[in-house]
Amino acid sequence: MRGHEPRSSSSCAACKLLKRRCSSNCIFAPYFRSDESKKFAKVHKVFGASNVSKILIEVPEEQREETVNSLAYEAEVRLRDPVYGCIGAIALLQTKMIELQHDLALARARLARYAATSSVVSDNDGASMGPFGDFPAACGGFIDSFSQNISSEVNQDAHMYDFSQIPYI
Amino acid sequence: MNPGRCAACRYLRRRCAEDCILSPYFPYNDPQRFVSVHKIHGASNVTKLLQQLPTHLRAKAADSLYFEAQCRVEDPVYGCVGLIFLLQQQIHSAESELAKTQAEIAVLKSQAQHTQAQPFEAESDVNNLLQEQLDNIANVSFSNQASSGFIN
Repeated sequence: MRGHEPRSSSSCAACKLLKRRCSSNCIFAPYFRSDESKKFAKVHKVFGASNVSKILIEVPEEQREETVNSLAYEAEVRLRDPVYGCIGAIALLQTKMIELQHDLALARARLARYAATSSVVSDNDGASMGPFGDFPAACGGFIDSFSQNISSEVNQDAHMYDFSQIPYI
Repeated sequence: MNPGRCAACRYLRRRCAEDCILSPYFPYNDPQRFVSVHKIHGASNVTKLLQQLPTHLRAKAADSLYFEAQCRVEDPVYGCVGLIFLLQQQIHSAESELAKTQAEIAVLKSQAQHTQAQPFEAESDVNNLLQEQLDNIANVSFSNQASSGFIN
């Protein structure tokens, strides 16, 4: 009969779930406290402990907490929306941005008409706002085609994307 | 080597069954697609996720997983969440700009309405001034009569 391995009360949530000894240099321990079992469970379900470990080893130590937070958020959203995950959220925001740009263009045109009528020179610098700014070039075309296809679908599920829950906002 | 294996089974060095769940979404001619997804999510997790979805939604799920994996490979700290941040910031800026522009429109609109109303106010002022002068003339005549003892 196998000896029962004593459970350490100081095991992090990851080692508890993985049923292994939590070493003093456990890479998960600083970011998955023993009372955060659900957080790790979600991350593990979507990414896998091994992949998370490799990602954390790859990033500088001072950025690991941010990394874990973003992984936890991404996992949460993926579990809520198994089909689109964060892409659904991005598509919604992109749609909103396009609508705002349209409203802004209309407002600026209206302001220009009033300004011309009242002979007041507007301060408007005419700067146009691109849709994404520093959007990764490799993904721009992909997200555009994605948005066209899914925006009508995800709009119905907009309530799933609670942006206020991002831990670091 | 079995040329009929999908990219997933090729990478995992296993036999690609006819009903391989990954095969439709990770074709043999795009090995990098599976490599990215496997690196971030893992073949096992992807398989479980696709299995729980209806068949007609699996392609979209695979595409979104690939996109998220690509974002995470390019930005290991924030992944696609970085895009959400960026968009939220841009939306906030656009909303502020829109509010400012609408406020400027309101000011100019108010000024324009005031300018349109001014001609009528000027005419009214002139009429009041004339009446006032007529009244003054009348008062002077009356007081002169009073001082002359006309009113006892």
